[in-house]
Amino acid sequence: MKKSVFLGALTVAGIAAGGASAGTLDDVVARGTLNCGVTTGLVGFAAPDANGVWDGFDVGICRAVAAAVLGDSQAVEFIPTTGKTRFTALASGEIDMLARNTTWTFSRDVDLKFEFVGVNYYDGQGFMVPAELGVTSAKDLDGATVCIQTGTTTELNLADFFRANGISYEPVPIETNAEAQQQYLAGACDVYTTDASGLAATRATFEDPGAHVVLPEIISKEPLGPLVRHGDNEWGDVVRWTLNALISAEELGVTSANIGEMSMEAGNNPEINRLLGTEGNLGEMLGLSADWAKNAIAAGGNYGELFEGNIGENTPVGLSRGLNAQWTDGGLLYTPPFR
Amino acid sequence: MTTLTEPPKETFRLSMLIYDTRYRSLTIQVVALIGFLVLIGWLINNTMTNLETLGKEPNFRFLWEPAGYDINQRLLDYTSQSPHIRAAVIGVLNTLVIAVMGCITATIIGVIVGVLRLSKNWIVSRLMAVYVETFRNVPVLLWIVFTMAILIETLPAPRAFRGDNATASMLLDNSVAITNRGVYIPEPLFSRGLGDIPVFWGTFEISLDLMAVIAVLIAGFYASKRIRMRADSIQEATGERPTVWYQRIAAVVVPLGVLLYALGFYLGYPELKGFNFTGGTYLRNSLIALWLALSLYTAAFIAEIVRAGILAVSHGQTEAAAALGIRPNRIMRLVVLPQAMRVIIPPLISNYLNLTKNSSLAIAVGYMDITGTLMGITLNQTGRELETVLLGMLIYLTISLSISTVMNWYNNRLKLVER
Ligand SMILES: N[C@@H](CCC(=O)N[C@@H](CS)C(=O)NCC(=O)O)C(=O)O
Repeated sequence: MKKSVFLGALTVAGIAAGGASAGTLDDVVARGTLNCGVTTGLVGFAAPDANGVWDGFDVGICRAVAAAVLGDSQAVEFIPTTGKTRFTALASGEIDMLARNTTWTFSRDVDLKFEFVGVNYYDGQGFMVPAELGVTSAKDLDGATVCIQTGTTTELNLADFFRANGISYEPVPIETNAEAQQQYLAGACDVYTTDASGLAATRATFEDPGAHVVLPEIISKEPLGPLVRHGDNEWGDVVRWTLNALISAEELGVTSANIGEMSMEAGNNPEINRLLGTEGNLGEMLGLSADWAKNAIAAGGNYGELFEGNIGENTPVGLSRGLNAQWTDGGLLYTPPFR
Repeated sequence: MTTLTEPPKETFRLSMLIYDTRYRSLTIQVVALIGFLVLIGWLINNTMTNLETLGKEPNFRFLWEPAGYDINQRLLDYTSQSPHIRAAVIGVLNTLVIAVMGCITATIIGVIVGVLRLSKNWIVSRLMAVYVETFRNVPVLLWIVFTMAILIETLPAPRAFRGDNATASMLLDNSVAITNRGVYIPEPLFSRGLGDIPVFWGTFEISLDLMAVIAVLIAGFYASKRIRMRADSIQEATGERPTVWYQRIAAVVVPLGVLLYALGFYLGYPELKGFNFTGGTYLRNSLIALWLALSLYTAAFIAEIVRAGILAVSHGQTEAAAALGIRPNRIMRLVVLPQAMRVIIPPLISNYLNLTKNSSLAIAVGYMDITGTLMGITLNQTGRELETVLLGMLIYLTISLSISTVMNWYNNRLKLVER
C-alpha cells in the first residue's frame, strides 16, 4: 500500500498531463483494454472466482463499459484498490474508471476533483455484531471496539455518530475487507461497520452467517457509484450513459435474453430503438458505434439482471431491491430519457 | 595545483574545455550540474502545471481543517474535531514511541544474541545462529503481519474473561489481562495529584506529577553519583573503598518514595466493563505486534554487528586480561565490549535508522503512526497527495537526522578514549 501511495503521488505529479484532460476514450480504444479499479475482494460486488475471473455487481459495470467502448466485455484489466489507494489510482491515470462501492460525496466530487457518473447502489452505513453479544441497537455500543476500513466515509460517519450520541468507542483501522473479517471473526473487535451492502456480502461468506446480526440503525446515506476524473467530459458521458443504458434497459424490458431479437430491426417503441441504435445516432454522438448500448446490455444483462445475478435475494448475499428498485416500482432508479 | 605553477604559454581556446585534461573534468562537472538543475526545474515546473490543470494547486491550509476521524492510540488530547495538523502530531508521537521502544529492545536482544553466538557452548551458539538467519532472511512486513496474526488468533478475546464459566483469566493477582486486543497492565495514579499545566497556548498539557517524579529521579541519581565520586576519592587517598551501595540506592529510592507517598500514589487495575477492559494502561495489539516484530528483526542485524565488533578486538586483549586473572564475564564487560563499541556504533546507527523507517509499515497492523494519520487517512480524505507525502518525508528526514546526530555525538565521545 505504501508503495502505491508514493508512486501514486509521483505519477500524479509526473503523468497527470496525460491523464487530466486528454481523451481517456481515445486512450482506451488505442490500448484495447479498459483499466477498471475495483475492490480487493468483496463477494457479490467484485471478487475473482475460482478460475481467477473477476465477477460481481461492480465488475458488471466495468464489463458493460468495456463492451460499449470496445465491443468486448472481456477486454477489462481489473485493478484491485483499497479504500486508501483508489483515489490516487484514479487521479494518476492508473485506472480509467473506478467502480468500487464508492460513496458520492461533496468533497470527493468538488475537492478531490472526481466526477461521479451516477448511482448504481443506494446504500447506508450499518453495524454488524455477533448475535451472542445480545446487542440490539447501535446506541448500546458504548465502549465497543469497532473495526473500520481506513480511507472511507465509514470512518468519518462513525466518528460523527458516536460523538453525536455521546458514547465512546475504540477504532481499529484496517486496510481491506478481508483483514477486517479476520479480526472481527477472531473477536479482536466487537463490531464491524461499513456499508450495509458490504456487511451483507461479508456475512454471506461466514461459516455461520446466522450467528451475526446487522443492527437496525443505518447511520448515513451512501450513494455508491462509478466515477472518473474531472475534466474529461466525453469519457464521463460514456460511463454515465452506459450505466443509464443498463438501468433504462430494465425499465424498458430489454434483457440479455431478448436483446438479440430486439436489436435486429426497429420495433415500435422509439426509445428502445434509439437505445439499441436501430433509430437515431446516439452512439455516434458519444463517439461510439451504433450498437454500443446493445453490447453493454448483452455483456451481463440489464441493471436488474446484474443485481439479481450477483447480490439479489437468490444469491448468498441476499439483498432485496429496496431503494434500488425502478422508480416505477417505488425505488429511486430513474434515468434521464434517451433522446 | 600544477596548473598554478606553470606559466601560461598558450592563449585559452574554447576547445580546450574538452581536449585539455586540465579543464575537462571541470567542464564535465559543470555540464552535469546544469543538466541536473534543469531536470529538477523541469520536474517542479511540470508538477506545478499539472497540479494546476487538475485544479489542485499545492497549499497547506487543509492542515487546519477538522480531521473528522478518530485515532485509537493518542499521547495527547485528540478528538475527531481536532485539525489534521494535530492528527499528524499524534502520528509523529506514535512513530517516536515505536522507534524508541524498538531501538531499545532491539539493542538489548541484539547484544545478548551477538555475545551468545560466540559462546563456546555449541547448542547456544547454534540456536543463536538459527535465530539470526531466520529473522534476517524474511521480510520484516511478513514478521509484522505474522506476529499480529498470532496475537489475534491465539489469545483470548475479552469476552472469554466474562461470566461464571470464563475460559480465560487475568494474571498476577488480577492486575494484568492479556487479550487478543492487547495487554492491559496497572497504571500509576495519584490521589493527590498536582494536575496538568497547559503549554504552548494550551495546545497540549504537561503532567506536573510526571515532572515532579522526573525531577526527583534526576536529583536522586545526581546525589548517588556524588556519593560514588566521594567513595572514589576516598579510595584513591586511603586505598580503601568505603561501602556505599546502600547509600547510593537510598539516595534515589527514599526521596522518590516520599514524593509518591505525598502525591498519594496507587495503581489503577484494569477491569472488565461492558465490551472491554477499562482502567489500567492499554498496550494495543497493533503496538505489541509492531514492536515485537521490528525489535526481533532488527536485533538479528544488531547481533551480527556485535559479533563482528567483538571479533574485531584482537584476541591478545582477552588473553592479556585472562593472564591478569580477570574472570571471563568481566573480560567481556570491561575489556572487550568497550573496545568493540567503536566498531559497533556506526553500523548500529544505520540499524536504528532502518528500524525507524521500517516502522512506517505500521498500517499493515493498523498502528496509527505518521504514515497512518498524515500520509494515510488525511491524504485520503483531503486528496492532498503531494503536500502530505512531502510533509511526511520531511518528518522522517528530521527524525532520522536527529537519531544520527545523537548517535554520532555518542560515537565521538567514545572515540576520545582512543589511545
Ligand atoms: N462507501 C464507503 C466505503 C467503501 C468500502 O470500503 N467498502 C468496503 C466494504 S462495503 C469494501 O468495498 N471493501 C473491499 C475491499 O476491502 O477491497 C466509501 O466510499 O468510502
